[in-house]
Amino acid sequence: MTVVAERAGGQGTVRRLAGALHRRPRLRLALLLTAPLLWLTVLYLGSLAVLFVSAFWTTNSFTSQVVKVWSTDNFHELLTTPVYRQVILRSIGVALAVTVLCAVIAFPLAFYTARVARPKWRPLLVVAILTPLWASYLVKVYAWRLILSEGGLADWMLKPFGAGGPGFGLPATVLTLTYLWLPYMILPIHTALEQLPANLLDASADLGARSWRTFRSVVVPMVLPSVAAGSIFTFSLSLGDYITVQIVGGKTQLIGNVVYSNIELNLPMAAALGTVPVVVIVVYLLAMRRTGALSSL
Amino acid sequence: MEGIAIRLQDLRKSFGETTAVAGVDLEIRDGEFFSMLGPSGSGKTTVLRLIAGFETPTAGGIELAGQEVTGLAPFERDVHTVFQDYALFPHMTVEQNVAYGLKIRKVPKAERLVRARKALAEVRLEGFGARRPAQLSGGQRQRVALARALVGRPRVLLLDEPLGALDLKLREQMQVELKELQREVGITFVFVTHDQQEALTMSDRIAVFDQGRIQQVGTPAEIYERPATPFVASFVGTSNLIEGESAQRVVGAPGVYSIRPEKIRVLKESAESDEPEHATATGTVAEVVYLGDTTRFLVDLDAGGRLTALQQNLETSAEDVAAYRGTRVRLQWHHRHTVRVPDTR
Repeated sequence: MTVVAERAGGQGTVRRLAGALHRRPRLRLALLLTAPLLWLTVLYLGSLAVLFVSAFWTTNSFTSQVVKVWSTDNFHELLTTPVYRQVILRSIGVALAVTVLCAVIAFPLAFYTARVARPKWRPLLVVAILTPLWASYLVKVYAWRLILSEGGLADWMLKPFGAGGPGFGLPATVLTLTYLWLPYMILPIHTALEQLPANLLDASADLGARSWRTFRSVVVPMVLPSVAAGSIFTFSLSLGDYITVQIVGGKTQLIGNVVYSNIELNLPMAAALGTVPVVVIVVYLLAMRRTGALSSL
Repeated sequence: MEGIAIRLQDLRKSFGETTAVAGVDLEIRDGEFFSMLGPSGSGKTTVLRLIAGFETPTAGGIELAGQEVTGLAPFERDVHTVFQDYALFPHMTVEQNVAYGLKIRKVPKAERLVRARKALAEVRLEGFGARRPAQLSGGQRQRVALARALVGRPRVLLLDEPLGALDLKLREQMQVELKELQREVGITFVFVTHDQQEALTMSDRIAVFDQGRIQQVGTPAEIYERPATPFVASFVGTSNLIEGESAQRVVGAPGVYSIRPEKIRVLKESAESDEPEHATATGTVAEVVYLGDTTRFLVDLDAGGRLTALQQNLETSAEDVAAYRGTRVRLQWHHRHTVRVPDTR
């Protein structure tokens, strides 16, 4: 009897608590969100703030010690030194090239997986697109190093045509990054194409449009937000990468590896460089927001 | 003599094992409001899609205005379609949607705008051109779809249950407007519906479909008053058939007969039927359904079978008619309303 009574009492407390929380939705929300919000603000935004602040410090050029004196020298140097300008522009160029290549390759692939392939094969094809993501990033990049190395697969395959592989360098970097991030572009486009109502295509044909016209006037504009959504992944992932370029990039310098090589010698300079991709990506996101990409993520 | 807008010859369509259209022959005249009526799965929508060119027939031929179009793509046919769920392009404004077909046909921009505005005015949507389809109500989207299909002045307009998604009041209003619009523009309308009331209200002629075949083609009055098969008699209007033994006893001959409920008068059993041109049958009222303007009596006949009779509530009210439940009555109707239905079952 007492056990039953105790259980009932225990339940009563829980019930009262649940009831109290139910009547105070704000308190409930606060309890739910405090921990993740702390994580986000302190660790994530906090470290970003530290990065930004330290970009305004300088170093003692003899000892490489950080000198906490407020100055804009780093940014000044960044914008006036031709090498840094080149590296920044090259990095943005690589990110854009990877994004465009991904979009161009992903569209027909997604069109096939979403609308041409037999419906029963479609889930399998999606899995096939995703499988490369299961393998380690490093393994894939080293695989590409093997493919692109002298006398490697690329050389061997292009030899009959009197050409050679691209070797290590900027093209190899773009190629490898395109391979790495392609699934992130295919998936949103696949989803958008799959959800495209068939009767919109019927309606377009009904009003006199041939297939190409329907593709241009109906399919592409309706899928474009998803291309933009995919491009957010490919662009930002490419802009932040510094390992791929080290492995297959030869002597190519991108923001990522310049930051990496500066960390030991000149931390404030590395921080200043590090803010560049953050700013670029914020600008890119603002541009993409206009296309409606953020709502199709 | 008016021309033939659409001619279907032994049209057939199968999807794998299922036969959607099992041999349809049909002629639709120029300028006609023609309805294809039938339950879902009867093949009416497939016939419409075959005419539009979205499906290719398994066998048979389609002619549009005397020209063979069976193998042609939708964009090669002078027909436009109003889709059941409108199929408006969400990324275009209302005006761009309406002008889409004109743009494809390379109509100059200025003329395009003028014609799109005029088409929107025809469906009473002036001033909505700059909106997106998502900002419109269901009824307004319906009108945009109509304007988009009409602006190119096709030879034939195909409408696939266009009023199905609207609520009753709006639907009744649109029925009247559609009919008016069709008279104004003079284009042949082919209207697919499962709603017999809608088909009867709007059509010049109706084809009743069942199981991939046409059961009957005729004017609303012909379809309603002279159903050609038991299916038509029961699908259009209230099913009111007497057959077999009870037909022998009531009508005096075997067969299947249809008597429309509103033609039958409900009298007291004692009332003498002295008029020789009237048929009569006695029975017991099994159920009384008060409908406001009318009352529906379900009467079990002494001769077997059940008939429904519909009476205007001229002087009676809900309580008066309720008193009829379980009483003995005499049903009476004019002989000419006993319609023999060829038994095709």
